[in-house]
Amino acid sequence: MCKVGVVGSVCSRPMSDPTSAPPFRILPALVPQNEHFWTGGSEGELRFLRCRACGWWLHPAGPICPSCLSKDLAVAAVSGRGTVHAFTVNWQPWIPGFDPPYVIAIVELPEQDGLRVTTNIVGCEPDLVETGMPVAVEFEHNGDVWLPLFHPEVAP
Amino acid sequence: MSRRTRVIGEHGAVISGVGQSEIGRRIYRDPLDLTVDAALAAIADAGLTRDDIDGISTYPGAMAVPPGFSGVGVVEVQEALRLELNWFTGGVELPGQLGAVANAVAAVATGLADHVLCFRTVWEASAQGDKSRASVTAGGGGGEFRATGFMQWTLPYGAASAANWIGMMAQRHMHEFGTTREQIAQVALNGRANAALNPRAIYREPMTLDDYLEARLVSWPLGLYDCDVPADGSTAVIVSRADAAADLRKDPVRIEAMGTALHGRPSWDQFDDLTTMALRDASAMMWDRTDLSPADVDVAELYDGFSFITLCWLEALGFCAKGEGGTYLAAGRPMLDGGGSLPLNTNGGQLSGGRLHGFGFLHEACTQLWGEAGDRQVQGDPRVAVAAAGGGPLASSLLLSRG
Repeated sequence: MCKVGVVGSVCSRPMSDPTSAPPFRILPALVPQNEHFWTGGSEGELRFLRCRACGWWLHPAGPICPSCLSKDLAVAAVSGRGTVHAFTVNWQPWIPGFDPPYVIAIVELPEQDGLRVTTNIVGCEPDLVETGMPVAVEFEHNGDVWLPLFHPEVAP
Repeated sequence: MSRRTRVIGEHGAVISGVGQSEIGRRIYRDPLDLTVDAALAAIADAGLTRDDIDGISTYPGAMAVPPGFSGVGVVEVQEALRLELNWFTGGVELPGQLGAVANAVAAVATGLADHVLCFRTVWEASAQGDKSRASVTAGGGGGEFRATGFMQWTLPYGAASAANWIGMMAQRHMHEFGTTREQIAQVALNGRANAALNPRAIYREPMTLDDYLEARLVSWPLGLYDCDVPADGSTAVIVSRADAAADLRKDPVRIEAMGTALHGRPSWDQFDDLTTMALRDASAMMWDRTDLSPADVDVAELYDGFSFITLCWLEALGFCAKGEGGTYLAAGRPMLDGGGSLPLNTNGGQLSGGRLHGFGFLHEACTQLWGEAGDRQVQGDPRVAVAAAGGGPLASSLLLSRG
């Protein structure tokens, strides 16, 4: 577990700065069904299960394509681009060591209508985040997890 | 109006009595003790005795976390009151808190039980009291704790609370429809104004829009007064066979229709329309099972775990058009004391009355229909009420009437 004393907000942290230690986070438990998602960042990829029969992207992963009911699924990478679908600026200190304010967002990916991830918007002051803002993925390496975060494609 | 089905089985069940325990902040009473108080009050209200109770239904059943979220499970109540049960259930995988009542209605309508004790007990104020609000479902202390299930998608990002998830729903609504914080505030102000007339409400002091706007932010656009207040208390409702009316103390409340649908994805972030979620599905189902319409409703008790959810229910239930909840509220129409057309959350809701978690709305709807609401009684002899609870992907609603 990587726990470090980062002061200040997640959002003010420079994006993709290898010298910046990540903040404390509660990490997801890795299991075979989600490992592709949480470790794809080790190779710079945002990965999901995808149906090889009809091309449907699954998130969260499941044993069967919810669109065509094929079980012929394989891990594939998306472009890593998206848009902010909804967001909130959290001011409440819920988790000791993970300090507010920070932006939680639902980012929608262009590969499929409704393909969304909950994430943080980083590299941007909270009050500059907007619905529809184009964003791109980056990964925060934390223990055995590469957390997908998103930063504005164009600095606001 | 087209009907999904010819069988409206909920007409085979009625609500025969309601009861509540002491309600308060940090009263440090055993939740089972609170539950038996509510249960005995409801049984007496119905004119029954404990020997008549042959069913129990509760939400969410026994759960260890979050602290105080679950008061007690089925078996503790059965044991305490030595009930002889023909049918019982308790669980959290339901269409919102009132799903427990829908289960009881189904059991009574199919003849599995005659009189079902439904209850919801919370003691979050005491259980979390010394450490302030603790809505984080699990963990938070570091160590080896890892998030699983749905929380794996949110906890790593600090989206630990429903305040964050509902905050994003509210933000999306503001984006799509121009809704403002000042409009959403009307839910909180309406609740506080009504709470002043309810001696059992927790927060009864007057509140102004400035008070609301100056309060600290929790998860923008939601601030402190958009969030309900953790409370201790138990609410009980007796669901009885409709043909048992002769055994009852007073004319029962008829269950005109229920809505329990979930057609979208069962997820806070994957649901197709974040601005309504399952409230849309439950509401549509309810209206599809009745000839009544929103114009027939005399009083509405609509869940306000967060103020924005009430706005969502107003839209989903058709009291205003989709996207117009903000302007509807800002027009002051729902106010109990403002001569409005739709008295709303007449006991103060959970925002000011206390987080009794869904069952308080059903209790209040029945109380209003029986004309027993005292200073806050809706004038004009209300005959039709809606009680709706839940938010996000968890929602159900009941349309109630008095003969």
